[in-house]
Amino acid sequence: MLWEGSTAALKDARGVQDLQTCTKNPKAGIMVEWTEFERATIQDIFARMDYDVVGPAALFRCLVVYPWTQRYFGNFGNLYNAAAIIANPMVANHGKVILHGMDRAVKNMDNIKATYAELSVLHSEKLHVDPDNFRLLSDCLTIVVAAQWGKEFTGEIQAAFQKFLAVVVTSLGKQYH
Amino acid sequence: MSLTDKDKAAVKALWAKISKSADAIGADALGRLLCVYPQTKIYFSHWGDLSYNSGPVKTHGKKVMGGIALAISRIDDMTNGLLELSEQHAFKLRVDPANFKLLAHCIQVVIASMFPNDFPPEVHVCMDKFLANLALALAERYR
Repeated sequence: MLWEGSTAALKDARGVQDLQTCTKNPKAGIMVEWTEFERATIQDIFARMDYDVVGPAALFRCLVVYPWTQRYFGNFGNLYNAAAIIANPMVANHGKVILHGMDRAVKNMDNIKATYAELSVLHSEKLHVDPDNFRLLSDCLTIVVAAQWGKEFTGEIQAAFQKFLAVVVTSLGKQYH
Repeated sequence: MSLTDKDKAAVKALWAKISKSADAIGADALGRLLCVYPQTKIYFSHWGDLSYNSGPVKTHGKKVMGGIALAISRIDDMTNGLLELSEQHAFKLRVDPANFKLLAHCIQVVIASMFPNDFPPEVHVCMDKFLANLALALAERYR
């Protein structure tokens, strides 16, 4: 599907390449520096994750803990209470869509901004999502991963995960104007 | 977003399950706060050792959870029940109240990691509301 934003995404990706060629700096235009620990941690967290379980769990939690986020799911049917939300197949499916979408950032950690340019336009121009909601969903995702990992979810691992999520959130908000 | 009777009951029920581990929760949450949000270290620059599970972090984590226990015991009127603590944070410690929600998040991450089966979304929302109200009560005397 072609969005007006897709050319912007192409320009942005090409812009990074141009910057890198002209300045002979392989890191030019790249938003974030990752340590080896952070890279390894992010890959590990997502490798150990069942996206089809964690995605729905995070979205359920977000809709229950921050009920105003339900405003974006008006056509999803019954969201009347926590039990209804957790049983709702459209919510579950959308949770999976979100995590599989996040996978693109996991595979392109050095260019998350360009990777998400099109999605950012979609969330802004078509879906009209308040970008603060991305942060609320990220917090819920952190809680879900903490519950899965238990004691192994150390402060350092949490810091790396939250840094990654912060970059995702910022990139998704980048094309809002 | 004030606490309903259902919220208060859920918080008390959760506390009954986790309070035996309060010291460990406090130490982990505070250690995590300093690691995940390094700007919070500025409030503890007078401690020698800010590392995870150091003496000062464990001691202070225990103190923080004592405050949580106090808040739960005064859950029906936290604003008045926590006035002294609020004055301490406002006039003596002068902690920017934006940090309360960072610690609240860390506390809940620890609860989720230690008690995953006791922290479903229906309980999480009550705890999140409780901690938000606690933060408000703590900020009562700021200005």
